[in-house]
Amino acid sequence: MSEQKSRQDYWKANLKLMALCLGIWFVVSYLFGIILVHQLNAISLGGYQLGFWFAQQGSIYVFVVLIFFYAWRMNKLDRQFDVHED
Amino acid sequence: MELQTLTYIVVGATFALYIGIAFWSRASTTGEFYVAGTGIHPIANGMATAADWMSAASFISMAGLIAFLGYDASVYLMGWTGGYVLLALLLAPYLRKFGKFTVPEFIGDRFYSKGARLVAVVCLIVASITYVIGQMKGVGVAFGRFLEVPFEIGVLVGMGIVFIYAVMGGMKGITYTQIAQYCVLIFAYTVPAIFIALNLTGNPIPQLGLGSSMADGSGVALLDKLDMVVTDLGFAAYTAQKGTTLNIFLLTLSLMIGTAGLPHVIVRFFTVPKVADARISAGWALVFIAILYTTAPAVGAMARLNLMNTIQTGDVGAADGNLVYAERPDWFKNWETTGLLKFEDKNGDGRIQYYNDKSEAFAAKAASFGWKGNEMVKVDRDIMVLANPEIAKLPNWVIALVAAGGLAAALSTAAGLLLAISSAISHDVIKGMIAPNISEKRELLASRLAMAGAIVVAGYLGMNPPGFAAQVVALAFGLAASSIFPALMMGIFNKKMNREGAIVGMLTGLTSTLVYIFWFKGWFFFPGTEMAANTPDNWFMGISPEAFGAVGALLNFVAATFVSKVTAAPPEHIQHLVEDIRVPKGAEAAVEH
Repeated sequence: MSEQKSRQDYWKANLKLMALCLGIWFVVSYLFGIILVHQLNAISLGGYQLGFWFAQQGSIYVFVVLIFFYAWRMNKLDRQFDVHED
Repeated sequence: MELQTLTYIVVGATFALYIGIAFWSRASTTGEFYVAGTGIHPIANGMATAADWMSAASFISMAGLIAFLGYDASVYLMGWTGGYVLLALLLAPYLRKFGKFTVPEFIGDRFYSKGARLVAVVCLIVASITYVIGQMKGVGVAFGRFLEVPFEIGVLVGMGIVFIYAVMGGMKGITYTQIAQYCVLIFAYTVPAIFIALNLTGNPIPQLGLGSSMADGSGVALLDKLDMVVTDLGFAAYTAQKGTTLNIFLLTLSLMIGTAGLPHVIVRFFTVPKVADARISAGWALVFIAILYTTAPAVGAMARLNLMNTIQTGDVGAADGNLVYAERPDWFKNWETTGLLKFEDKNGDGRIQYYNDKSEAFAAKAASFGWKGNEMVKVDRDIMVLANPEIAKLPNWVIALVAAGGLAAALSTAAGLLLAISSAISHDVIKGMIAPNISEKRELLASRLAMAGAIVVAGYLGMNPPGFAAQVVALAFGLAASSIFPALMMGIFNKKMNREGAIVGMLTGLTSTLVYIFWFKGWFFFPGTEMAANTPDNWFMGISPEAFGAVGALLNFVAATFVSKVTAAPPEHIQHLVEDIRVPKGAEAAVEH
């Protein structure tokens, strides 16, 4: 039963981490790159308008970082809950 | 050396490399044929995934799309990369843990239903065939333009090359070839981009160059300059949004979940040794994809600026402000002969006027200049990548490299798609439904025959493209987004999702998306059968057929959840299966069955 409980906790921790990552995923692409693009375009980043930068560059960089962050945190969770592969 | 000779040498060398790899990596078991024996290193798999993913369209057409759509092309940039976040977080690790060979196999096992598996097979085949036709066409076009070989011969040569390494090596051969193809295509894409960025901004890194000032000493940012140049000629500002926010939002979402639901991409994550590898491998895949996808916006914007400046040499409206046709540069002449550029001297002044004659606001101005319509009657967007090295005056070997890169992009994607099709036929249909007791040796033979058959069909359709061939974004991504992605996700995240719910959900997503596409594009894409013109005024809430996949997915989720609540829960052992795929521990090295 305790293993069952531990696995449920592992799954919950995973879902929490997932929600955080997908939240950031949504913010950089849909919020910054699409919904708020006009407002952010008032700010400039070098020769870029910020909203445009998020839509064509920034969101992609954040996506890459997000996957590596998730993979790193999940490896830690796997060990913490002793569900890792050998 | 003569350009054509050089192109033959470079393309020939890459083909020899692919064939060499084919001999070295033959598959001897079904496990090797379907999933490369699950022995691929995550970084290698990431590179192969990137080549698998980046098609002829990514390599040749995307920068041109960006050049002419400006900000609105962001949907493709975000849509075709953001899907990897979904893949890494929501699908890849769990499907790897499940440890089987194909995507329909997971759907069939998880929903304990051959019917569900069959629906998945049909979606997979329709999506993949649509996609692969474009690759075959891309091979023919690349051969035609660079090597002056007839289109059909080009397609046949492409078929032959894929045949050798895909039939012999299956996933194993395809994987190692894709790694080589990635190196060729990324080198071919970035070298011209670096030179063009250096020319215009003095910054060799295209991603930074796009955000830099012009190197002409004016101190104006490149993007501001581009906005000025295009609006002066009546075009919409490059960085401005043209489509509606809702449609841009939904199109991006459809492309993202479609990407995550495309079987030929998912199956790449079945090839790594461990669950943890599947997660990190998606990250590597996106690194390799991002190198091209963050370069493309720079290529698009810079090529557009170069094109505008080549034609509009002086002030707009000045008598000598436009390029004299007789003095056009060589690359202009070269691409005119291919029909990708076309000029018509409408006002008979011997100069080229390139402006937006659809703009009513600009019409009066144009009339006062004595302009009688846009004289660049054809500017094919593919030219932005294809002519780039010539516009930037790069040496011939770079041009030869672009030809090899385009072919690498088309062949690597075609091979991945053909594998998805052939394993669906040999593993899901033949072994899964018709002859469950087939021996491994005979299944391997069946998979090779299915691969050969798929190559012939794809080649034939590439030469005689049916109406649906041009609908990759609508059809392939629409189907993957509305049927496959939701079924996979619910299979993993909703333990109580049952057979009835999954089937009704998939059919709901599939039907609603197809009907919406057919409504505006004709039933089965037959011209003249559309129910309403494909224009924004007719679209439901301004949603384009390409963007409807996300809505179809939502309908799928709603229908499946409702049906599963009113029908019997899935059997105990299925719920255990779901619990089991949620933890990495106990993944088998390779499932031989």
